[in-house]
Amino acid sequence: MNPWLLEAILALIKIVVVVFGVILPLVMMLILAERRVSAFIQNRLGPNRVGWQGMLQPVADGLKFLFKEDVIPGHVDRFLYLIAPGIILFPAIMTFAVVPFGDQLTTYIGDTLVTIKFQIADLNVGVLYIVAIASLGVYGLVVGGYSSNNKYSMLGGLRSSAQMISYELPMGLAIISVVMMSGSLRLQDIVVDQYEVWNVFRQPLGFIIFLVASFAETNRLPFDLPEAEQELVGGYHTEYSSMKFASFFLAEYINMITASALIATLFFGGWHVPFGILEALNLPVLWEQIIQILSFSVKTLFFLFFFIWVRWTLPRFRYDQLMNLGWKTMVPLGLLNIVLTAIGIAIF
Amino acid sequence: MLQITLFYIFAILAVLGGIMVIVHRNPIYSALSLILTLFALAGEYVLLMAHFIAIVHIAVYAGAIMVLFLFVIMLLNIRIEERAPGAFRYMVYIGVPMAAILFLQLGYLAFQGFKEVYVQNTDVGTVERIGQALFSKYVLPFEITSILLVVAMVGAVYLSKRKLEIVE
Repeated sequence: MNPWLLEAILALIKIVVVVFGVILPLVMMLILAERRVSAFIQNRLGPNRVGWQGMLQPVADGLKFLFKEDVIPGHVDRFLYLIAPGIILFPAIMTFAVVPFGDQLTTYIGDTLVTIKFQIADLNVGVLYIVAIASLGVYGLVVGGYSSNNKYSMLGGLRSSAQMISYELPMGLAIISVVMMSGSLRLQDIVVDQYEVWNVFRQPLGFIIFLVASFAETNRLPFDLPEAEQELVGGYHTEYSSMKFASFFLAEYINMITASALIATLFFGGWHVPFGILEALNLPVLWEQIIQILSFSVKTLFFLFFFIWVRWTLPRFRYDQLMNLGWKTMVPLGLLNIVLTAIGIAIF
Repeated sequence: MLQITLFYIFAILAVLGGIMVIVHRNPIYSALSLILTLFALAGEYVLLMAHFIAIVHIAVYAGAIMVLFLFVIMLLNIRIEERAPGAFRYMVYIGVPMAAILFLQLGYLAFQGFKEVYVQNTDVGTVERIGQALFSKYVLPFEITSILLVVAMVGAVYLSKRKLEIVE
């Protein structure tokens, strides 16, 4: 078979598997997890009636969203109002293209030797790609807020654009320090670079900055000012109903998954299994790969839990506090971290 | 074959976006069309093996500058052109000849360029090569540009800060 065609088919299969086999089921589980964990934190039970322990609750929620009346208010900017939910989903899913789930596997398909990477696209500008696509996430919110033609939505859109620009900077600075350690923008190289020591131990400050910035970029509490219910009714999605409303939530959860996967990749060794357990076990290659993917999944799931945990524990920032934290604390700390990293590299 | 197809898809998108920018009455639509154009151009850069420029193009222009554009447009709530179509109709008499001149110049250059060179499969645009070039051959211009940017930044901060004090 034509090697180019094979590559394209493999990429398509990977995209389908990742989007429909990983992201969407994970989002459904997250919606349930959010409700159950919040219930646990607030000493309630949470939804536990639909299916075993409420396992089918997300399905019921999804059906409900689908069958609700899809209202398009008369005063909206119709075209932008309709495409905003699509715009917000697009960068959320696109970022996943460069996340490495595992190492690579060399195998025969038919009679050609193929190397299957557990990553959709191994770009040589991987980290920059993430920064670039993540910065597009703001458009869905802004367009949704503007097209709703409603002052609460508008305020939500304005807040989100200012917030996301402000927190992109510290996020980029934290990533720069990681790139300085690995000497490569390729995410696979960054993972391999953490073979001995995870970046979280080499870059503790960078990790904290990245963590806080990713909370702000995903619009989660304590930084959920674009949709602050008490001040803005619902923020940028006030005027949306039915499946369009749901797709804003879908995007938020997909962004959360991406952020968790990135934290695991950049700071927690990606698909590495700690303490040399894998070498000690001496398993066949296929099992090694599966365990590495599992290791990556466990790390990602932990951070997803962390996102939920923080949401139901911390109160929301005030808007000026958010901006002060971003520009007067996070950016200088990020710069300091780069200087420290540079000194460290020069010495060792 | 695939490259040619992709080239034409991106080219059509870029031109379409560009036309929408100037034709549409609503400034928000214009800004969003400009983002489409920027995206299509980034696609063309990828086809030229200039990955770094493509990504930086998206990150800086689409990701930061256009967000600020939208922010300002939304804050100012510019609706003059939308309410009064044709208010700027005298601009046509200046704009069309200027556009024609620009188009002729660019077209001439492009045709001259096509005669002499064609794009080869190079790795000039990759991150490694650009990094090496920036920090060896072009290190002085690079540093001077960074100083220029810092000066502009400090100036902007100073101007906005002084205004605040007057208000108080």
